[in-house]
Amino acid sequence: MSGPSTYHPKSALGRWFDARMPLPRLVYDNFVTDPIPRNLNYMYTFGGILSIMLVVQLLTGIVLAMHYASDTTLAFVSVEKIMRDVNSGWMLRYMHANGASFFFIAVYLHIARGLYYGSYKAPRELLWILGCIIYLLMMATGFMGYVLPWGQMSGWGATVITGFFTAIPLVGTWIQELLLGGFSVDNPTLNRFFSLHYLLPFMIAGVVVLHIWALHVVGQTNPTGIEVKHKTDTVAFTPYATVKDGFAMVVFLAVFAYFIFYMPNYLGHPDNYTQFDSLKTPAHIVPEWYFLPFYAILRAITFNIGPIDSKLGGVLAMFAAIAVLFFVPWLDTSKVRSANYRPWYKFFFWLFVVNSIFLGWLGSKPAEGWYIPAMQVSTLYYFAFFLLIMPLLGLIETPKKLPNSITEAVLEKNKGGSGHPVGAAAEPQTKG
Amino acid sequence: MSAHDASDEPTRRDFLYIATGMAGVVGAGAFAWPFIDQMRPDASTLAVSSIEVDISSLAEGASMVVKFRGKPVFIRNRTAEEIKAAQEAPMAELKDPLARNANLPSDAQATDEDRVVDKAKENILVMIGVCTHLGCIPLGQQGDFGGWFCPCHGSHYDTAGRIRKGPAPENLPVPPVAFLSDTKIRIG
Repeated sequence: MSGPSTYHPKSALGRWFDARMPLPRLVYDNFVTDPIPRNLNYMYTFGGILSIMLVVQLLTGIVLAMHYASDTTLAFVSVEKIMRDVNSGWMLRYMHANGASFFFIAVYLHIARGLYYGSYKAPRELLWILGCIIYLLMMATGFMGYVLPWGQMSGWGATVITGFFTAIPLVGTWIQELLLGGFSVDNPTLNRFFSLHYLLPFMIAGVVVLHIWALHVVGQTNPTGIEVKHKTDTVAFTPYATVKDGFAMVVFLAVFAYFIFYMPNYLGHPDNYTQFDSLKTPAHIVPEWYFLPFYAILRAITFNIGPIDSKLGGVLAMFAAIAVLFFVPWLDTSKVRSANYRPWYKFFFWLFVVNSIFLGWLGSKPAEGWYIPAMQVSTLYYFAFFLLIMPLLGLIETPKKLPNSITEAVLEKNKGGSGHPVGAAAEPQTKG
Repeated sequence: MSAHDASDEPTRRDFLYIATGMAGVVGAGAFAWPFIDQMRPDASTLAVSSIEVDISSLAEGASMVVKFRGKPVFIRNRTAEEIKAAQEAPMAELKDPLARNANLPSDAQATDEDRVVDKAKENILVMIGVCTHLGCIPLGQQGDFGGWFCPCHGSHYDTAGRIRKGPAPENLPVPPVAFLSDTKIRIG
């Protein structure tokens, strides 16, 4: 929201409401008249897509909880009952399971957009950090949700991930027992994971409100990275962003539906259709796909570093890979936001994207042979991108000449187009 | 506070301010503790503190797995070759030099005889079958040293359950074990 509110309730009831609790005014100001940069492209639609995915996960999750039993003797059977006996249960569960994956697909594209266009730079540091917190909560929620079906991957995934904490000197084992409620993954673990899996999405929703609040204080970035300077740089949220976000959601949900109906187990693991056996580890355990890059980083540290043994080193590297995201606003020293005007950053950014996908692929492979040195090189680049390239490039790179305004950039792009914002909005995806 | 006179004497309000603050801090801490405490292993989990196992059926070269505190315990009647291989392993090659044997002092060295429970029964090896890396269950009689091999991240243990290769930092731990008779042991 910027500028004074232009909300004028038309009905008597509307005025009565507005004088007592101006919620409609809040919605109107933030999602109808709110001015947004006129040059936003489709990469800016993932915020909306993520909101709708959170709602999908909450709705399907609440309904699934009505049929699920969080007891080690019943959990696996109750999930099969949902699949076979509960009316439409199979669809609800496939929506929820694939929904988690699509939630992560959207969040990775959203984060990549932020890294490409420098969305984290002042004054949007807090907005970025709130996003990192949401991502952290999503990972915790996704991990605990994967434990609930009580399959082999559930139990052994939980064993390995809580095992990370045993790497901490002195208190590690105590922390692990605190998390598990016992000496191994068992009934107390399942119950507390279920409770927290139900709680965390609501915490995510809370942080999402803060994230959107922060966004509406500082305003959106845009592909040029130049701040809005004049009214002609903007268009109204409705209809422009509403329709664009809506269209992107429909396309995204169509792909989501394809997975639900045609390949619902493609992103899962067949071992999780075998009930958890605490005396038998599957031959090859892997986490869900969205954790694979971090799993590769964990296993890349096969050597001791001074007093830190390889186990603690791997765990520290993995947590550092996530923690480094929080510092990105201060690691990037460049004054220019958008990679469109930073030729070298653009190159390293795309290398980072390729490297992350490669790390993910390595994460799905066993820790042997040439995979190990590949994991190490790839991990090195992951950290070098944040800790070396980002700070140094800002000092030595010569950026391209920036346009004077968003409007100028748009007009430059469509020569002969109208300077009027409505005319430009006919092609709002135009990059600067 | 603006109504304060300039004297440095503490007032009744200062006292109430500090007392309320302290009560709040102590109260918050005391209130938080049960929420943390309830997460620890409960009485029924801790109650399974010892089990007795009949090993009379365990022939040479056979292993059995029993569940102790939710974890598998490997009991193996080792063959003569396995004992020999473990005894002949050079101490310098061991990644973890400590015996990790709950029945011995914590600084005991990881020689083969300090890895077993009873030197007279050096063929019987008892250890918690949880990989010391990240908690998977190693597979028996596999890996480069003919002992145990963890499929998760590739840790190799020898025939005395000592870590020889891979990411695991420690030898497989030996739980508290006592021979009740020649064919019966108590774990825990």
